[in-house]
Amino acid sequence: MNIVIPIKQVPETSNVKMDEETGTMKRDGVESIINPLDLYAIETGIQIKEEYGGTITVITMGPPSADKSLKEAIAMGCDDGILLSGREFAGSDTWATSYALSEAIRAIGEFDLILAGERATDGDTGQVGPGIASWLDLTLSTYTSKVVDIKDKSVIVERMVEDGYEKLQLPLPALLTVVKEISFPRLPTLRGKQRSRKVEIPQWNLSNLKMKEDFLGLNGSPTRVVNIDHPKVTRGGTVIDVRNDASIEKAVSQLIDYLKSKELV
Amino acid sequence: MDYKGVWTLGEARNGELKEVSFELLSRGRKLADKLDEELVSLILGDEITEEQAEELIKRGADKVLLLNDPALKDFIVENYSNVITDLIEKYKPEIILAAATTMGRTVMPYLAIKTKTGLTADCTDLDIEEDTGNLLQTRPAIGGNILATIKTPNHRPQMATVRPHSTKAAQKDESRSGEIVHLELDKSLLDGRVKKLGFRKNEEDAINIQDADVIAAGGKGLKKGENFAMIRELAGFFDGAVGASRDAVDRDWISYPYQVGLSGKTVTPKLYFAVGISGAIQHLAGMKTSENIIAVNEDLGADIFKVADFGIVGDLFEIIPELNKQLAEEVSK
Repeated sequence: MNIVIPIKQVPETSNVKMDEETGTMKRDGVESIINPLDLYAIETGIQIKEEYGGTITVITMGPPSADKSLKEAIAMGCDDGILLSGREFAGSDTWATSYALSEAIRAIGEFDLILAGERATDGDTGQVGPGIASWLDLTLSTYTSKVVDIKDKSVIVERMVEDGYEKLQLPLPALLTVVKEISFPRLPTLRGKQRSRKVEIPQWNLSNLKMKEDFLGLNGSPTRVVNIDHPKVTRGGTVIDVRNDASIEKAVSQLIDYLKSKELV
Repeated sequence: MDYKGVWTLGEARNGELKEVSFELLSRGRKLADKLDEELVSLILGDEITEEQAEELIKRGADKVLLLNDPALKDFIVENYSNVITDLIEKYKPEIILAAATTMGRTVMPYLAIKTKTGLTADCTDLDIEEDTGNLLQTRPAIGGNILATIKTPNHRPQMATVRPHSTKAAQKDESRSGEIVHLELDKSLLDGRVKKLGFRKNEEDAINIQDADVIAAGGKGLKKGENFAMIRELAGFFDGAVGASRDAVDRDWISYPYQVGLSGKTVTPKLYFAVGISGAIQHLAGMKTSENIIAVNEDLGADIFKVADFGIVGDLFEIIPELNKQLAEEVSK
């Protein structure tokens, strides 16, 4: 099984606080990490490799410093990393990003499975995974919550939909976007870290990879961001503190009045 | 460009039109009126009835493109994408709106590549730009901390997925009339690679939390899984659904389909109870567009109170039973 895992480096936001004045994130000293949802794809890939053998190539598009995320994935148990980096990729939307990644994946050679996180925690679109499948004309399962079996050149999966789980059989090569339920990501090992230091990460761009230049970056992107707003987070609602007295009954009755005023009771 | 008309992609499940189909019509009607163009609802399936097509018209569509075929019974993205791509080439719509459901968020990115056009995910607002007639698509990003407005100036159709519950469903207007076009499936468009082997329904009370009008969600403050019982009781008064924070799911107190937030589901109910949930940025991203937010937490400094319309600071093990008691009294009145 040859597996390719496209990942994204994102700002670490789990401990980020909001600036109440401006409604923006306090970004000072925010670290870059592997998109948390991509860790489930990496873990799933490693488990499949452990059972069926093969190699795992992780690939990312980003600034040169994104090789840190590739190294971390290798330290978890992936084999190789490829960094797509260059000015020509700047300003890519999901259409242009999925194009560039799909051309790079094509250039890696034969593969059976592409695993991707369901979406990234910064852009939050969930469009790049399905986009790569479309460019490469692969079978696709989104919201994949379980790899049931891999046999007869196909993968059997469960995917989580609104009211339950669908079971699908996809001939390989296939692309799966995965949700949290699929696995519990392992931590990098010491030995993995040592190995990741030795692995050379090649940097690919227009100079060494054949791509249509007019499909890349801002020029190749059909969408344009025309405005960014910082919505007010704070609603300024009623807050009643009942920690130090016995007014719970009254507070709850005020809550019921509130619900009545909104015609919710 | 000779692209005309606004399309909505309807959804049906188990023989019923999904509510989100009507929400898309309410979005689409506004856009079509501004552009002075036709509103078309496209719906694929195997047993969509004439009455259901009529209902789409009564709720705002000028035309319904109806494609029934046993091969389209199940949503298989490769098939749906081929069929819709083919229809786009034939009819050349200017705008296509789909719901940001597991179906919409799968088929739209797949076919946006095939049709070489832009797609904006999970929009919460849509409008038409005055001078250009371009679609303005507004969506939350970075965990809901920014609202980005995006357009697709030079490619058609302009495509967006729309967050469920982010607008009201279009109501029926019995006086409306329109055209129903019955389409035939071109069998050569069927991909044939992927097979659906089965379906397993969620447990009883995991009713699709994204469809729920009311959600009562519990977090770490509940201290153990059994205490979700009082959250279920609370949800029950509203025929609502139970939700959970990541903390509660990671502790195995409740299963993953209930998880609200960045690594779970995004919900926009009329009423959201956050009980024992501190309001990490990832949780807020999944629920802060809810219409009314009620928070119960013992920590006054918890971020959940910032987004709450009504909050009670105190011991949830005293407050929730009291709330359930008073709600029971209301019900019996």
